[in-house]
Amino acid sequence: MSTRHDTAAPPAKEGGAAPGRPPAAAAEADARRRARLSRRWQRDIRWSPYAFVSPFFLLFLAFGLFPLVYTGWASLHQVEMTAPTDMTWVGMRNYTRIFDDDFFWNAAKNTLTIGIISTVPQLLMAMGLAHILNYKLRASTFYRVAMLAPYATSIAAASLVFVLLFGRDYGMINWALDTVGISPVDWQNDKWPSQIAVSSIIIWRWTGYNALIYLAAMQAIPQDLYESAALDGASRWQQFLHVTLPSLRPTILFTVVVSTIGASQVFGEPLLFDANKGASGGAEHQFQTLGLYLYEQGWVNQHLGRASAIAWTMFLILIVIGIVNYVISRRLRASS
Amino acid sequence: MTTTTVTKSEPQDTVPAARRVRRPKSERAGGQLHAGPIAYVILAVFTLGSLFPLVWTAIAASRDNNRLAQTPPPFWFGSNLFKNLDIAWNDANLGKAFVNTTIVAGTSAATIVFLSTIAGFAFAKLRFRGRGAAMLIVIGTMMVPPQLSIIPLYMMVAKLEWTDQLQAVILPSLVSAFGVFFMRQYLIQALPDEIIEAARVDGASSWRVVWHVVFPTARPAMAVLGMLMFVQTWNDFLWPFLVLSQTGNPTVQVAVAGLGRGYTPDQSLIMAGALLGTLPLLLVFAIFGKQIVGGIMQGAVKG
Repeated sequence: MSTRHDTAAPPAKEGGAAPGRPPAAAAEADARRRARLSRRWQRDIRWSPYAFVSPFFLLFLAFGLFPLVYTGWASLHQVEMTAPTDMTWVGMRNYTRIFDDDFFWNAAKNTLTIGIISTVPQLLMAMGLAHILNYKLRASTFYRVAMLAPYATSIAAASLVFVLLFGRDYGMINWALDTVGISPVDWQNDKWPSQIAVSSIIIWRWTGYNALIYLAAMQAIPQDLYESAALDGASRWQQFLHVTLPSLRPTILFTVVVSTIGASQVFGEPLLFDANKGASGGAEHQFQTLGLYLYEQGWVNQHLGRASAIAWTMFLILIVIGIVNYVISRRLRASS
Repeated sequence: MTTTTVTKSEPQDTVPAARRVRRPKSERAGGQLHAGPIAYVILAVFTLGSLFPLVWTAIAASRDNNRLAQTPPPFWFGSNLFKNLDIAWNDANLGKAFVNTTIVAGTSAATIVFLSTIAGFAFAKLRFRGRGAAMLIVIGTMMVPPQLSIIPLYMMVAKLEWTDQLQAVILPSLVSAFGVFFMRQYLIQALPDEIIEAARVDGASSWRVVWHVVFPTARPAMAVLGMLMFVQTWNDFLWPFLVLSQTGNPTVQVAVAGLGRGYTPDQSLIMAGALLGTLPLLLVFAIFGKQIVGGIMQGAVKG
């Protein structure tokens, strides 16, 4: 943006630098033209990098940073959906309100448990899958694409299908359980079953994706590491433990961070898992996440100030998680 | 002579991305173990698990509501598929939703690819003050989920009276730190410095370098990034759900989500809608699956 002032720059002194003053006007004009070109050239070298990166940063400022900061500001005010521009300063009251609300703590706990139930098995399975995909396989592309199909499916579509599969009376999963002699489970209304069901949507959508990421990292491990381990008599399992896992450490950390952030934001799956209860996340809020709680406070109860306080609380939690992650990864690096 | 050989071998040795791309075929083929039968069994189970819900969506969409309220659930296709698709298409406003989503995802993906390529080029190949700090900010923004910003964005949209208008969805979706990072990683290894130097010596301005050197080199990565961004925007749910209405000007996800509401929902119609909303992307994956897999594997592994 700031670069296009080539024309605005005054054609100042530099013109008569080296060639002295040749008598012919044509030569002087030529020298001036060249000097102007080289000035423009330098300006181009100097400023065009900023021009290339500035659109991203301007967009980020407008739709990323500003809203985030403004959320913090709004969280100290009473703001209602009916008149979003009327803001009354209330200090920390929105925060004390939500910290006094049992449903906030309920949502925080649900977010944590759904996060664990969905992330841990997902990443473990992804690791196993990646290990298998790393063998020489027939039709290897087919498996990879097939496992990525859930990633192509939207949250909305996936959730609606899983609601049916998890149906209490006619769902396929209860039918399958019944055929092996397990009594039907009320996947929607019982606390843990509903959280498992919601988590399974997340697991289904993301396992293949994470497997591909692990696979890519595994393929980058130099083959000679395995060969020398094999020469030392390491079994396949020992090779996996002592060669594969340590080499994957940065990738594992990356997926854990990304999954943690994702898990803290879960919204669509629980919203649609009981579409009629919507924002409350089940009849007894049994699978209401923080994302849903934010939506309920802001868009159902119309308290935008309080919703902002929830958003900022989530942001602070993420920062804490980020710091913890950073410390752990440094420890790990130092110990290896 | 020596200088050229040194610089030519450099990208292969120092850049992990290049290594990853090249190694599997050449070195692995000999050393890599063949998978045993157990591996194939496990793979078959996971493939089935990945595809079954999608296939079953189609099965359920081809039945009627009564059949879905019986045990055992249907395992094979019925005869109502096209009837249900037709009704869902009209009920859920899907025609309009498809046009809208194509506009949103197309505009967003194209803009992100363009902006990410020039920014990624600057970060990969140009020297400027503050480059390291700016790149750190880009990586930092990847860690901040956009959902935390929805309240002020919503207030902006309300104030500008953009509710139910597509630009309300498009504009916030244009910020993609991932895209910048992705293109940077690609250009570092794919674009040799000598070519830029040569273009410079010929008197090309930075913009001409971008147009005649960077874009042609980056084309494969741009295509992959475009597909990834298209998929992501196509599937975006929370923000469109907040600012667009199902009956007015929905995207596909908003329209499909609206099918699930109501106390006696017709399940076969819901499945028909879900199928319609998913089908276009599944087609894209069926055709370009290999490239998308390659792109994810190439772009996502940086810790």
